[in-house]
Amino acid sequence: MNKTILFEINGRQKEIQVDVRQSLLEVLREKLGLTGVKQGCAVGECGACTVLLDGEPIDACLFLAVWADGHSIRTVEGESRDGKLSKVQQAFVEEGAVQCGICTPGFVMAATALVEKHGDAPPDRHQIRLGMAGNLCRCTGYETIVTAVEKSIRDKKEKSR
Amino acid sequence: MFDIESYVRADSVRQAIALLKDRPEARLIAGGTDVLVKVRSGKVEAPCLVDIHDVAELNFIRVADNGDLAIGSGTRFSALAASPVILEQIPVLSTAVLTIGGPQLRNMATIGGNLCNGVPSADSASPLIALNALLTIEGGTGRRELPLEDFFVGPGRVALAHDEILTAITIKHAQYEGYAGHFHKYAMRHAMDIATIGCAAVCKVEDGQMRDLRLAFGTAAPVPTRCRLTEKKASDCSVSRDMLSEIAETVWQDVDPRSSWRAAKDFRLQIISTLAERVVRQAILNAGGSVP
Repeated sequence: MNKTILFEINGRQKEIQVDVRQSLLEVLREKLGLTGVKQGCAVGECGACTVLLDGEPIDACLFLAVWADGHSIRTVEGESRDGKLSKVQQAFVEEGAVQCGICTPGFVMAATALVEKHGDAPPDRHQIRLGMAGNLCRCTGYETIVTAVEKSIRDKKEKSR
Repeated sequence: MFDIESYVRADSVRQAIALLKDRPEARLIAGGTDVLVKVRSGKVEAPCLVDIHDVAELNFIRVADNGDLAIGSGTRFSALAASPVILEQIPVLSTAVLTIGGPQLRNMATIGGNLCNGVPSADSASPLIALNALLTIEGGTGRRELPLEDFFVGPGRVALAHDEILTAITIKHAQYEGYAGHFHKYAMRHAMDIATIGCAAVCKVEDGQMRDLRLAFGTAAPVPTRCRLTEKKASDCSVSRDMLSEIAETVWQDVDPRSSWRAAKDFRLQIISTLAERVVRQAILNAGGSVP
């Protein structure tokens, strides 16, 4: 049950054959080697497989790969530029928002969407928590993650000044 | 890989209906957040899927000249929650929708899927029932309208024939103009959780009188439930603390919760009473009333 899809992955156009039974998670990991996309629960509860679809976070585990046809997908692999981490990634490092690491790529992508799309009023810690509510972390207790997102938003503001 | 027997993509409602007609075994998939979870767990075995994901004609939020609001069944929860029209006219629905899953799921799941999945805990069901929402259903034999309340026939079962598709949810202007509402979901967590009890109230208050009350619950019975008896008792009464106490008492006659691993029946009844009083009180305040 193969189908050809044309989509943008981390800024590059790609045409590939996918099986209609495959999730986007499987295609990204197994076909494109983007193993930063993690499988956690596989039923849309943990957010470890979060990728951005046209800039919005989705769970790649519950998204058929054929649905990516004609859309843009971003994974954590595409976030650094010329060997330099993105603002969100850098903030996660500096704030120690990583422990075992399996939830981190998903958190980074959910945080990236939040940081990119918030309006003039920066979200407070509660709003950040709401924005990150689809991602579970069993190590950090979330405090450092929320702090890292706050820092990314501050850094973005300073840069745009 | 999902265990899917066959897959066919529909680009329009008409095509989807024809595909369903030809395939007696087929089931629809839209956002995928219910169907694919069931396939993964084996609850649904090797389905033949007719895919209406992203069918453009199902994705809309429209306001008619007379004020009637229509929501396409393929509208995602994130789009609904972000809609200025919904937020302004029926904020009770925005509130309810934002309690569903997390941002990722709301970017995937559709309102039509939430209703057609037919579970008593569907968070969009109780506010829409309280708003007297009307469903537009299209099928091989044409188009029909059905009050949402009559759509739920049992746990996981809805009044939809095999070749029928829920295409739109309409809230008539007379059902929301002059009304205000409130919604509360009681669950163990504030996100990524299924409601222990969901409660929605929509009301109209004039000169300290309850002109009209519509109260609905999720997970309080085998299907999302409207509380007719309580509504009748409260309508045309003076708004007061006594009235709220009476609502909290009467509401038990309207519901039939069960015990499950999530909560015991007695606990649910306790929450139902508490929420009935609190949610109606807030709806009254939102409607410009006060509770002396």
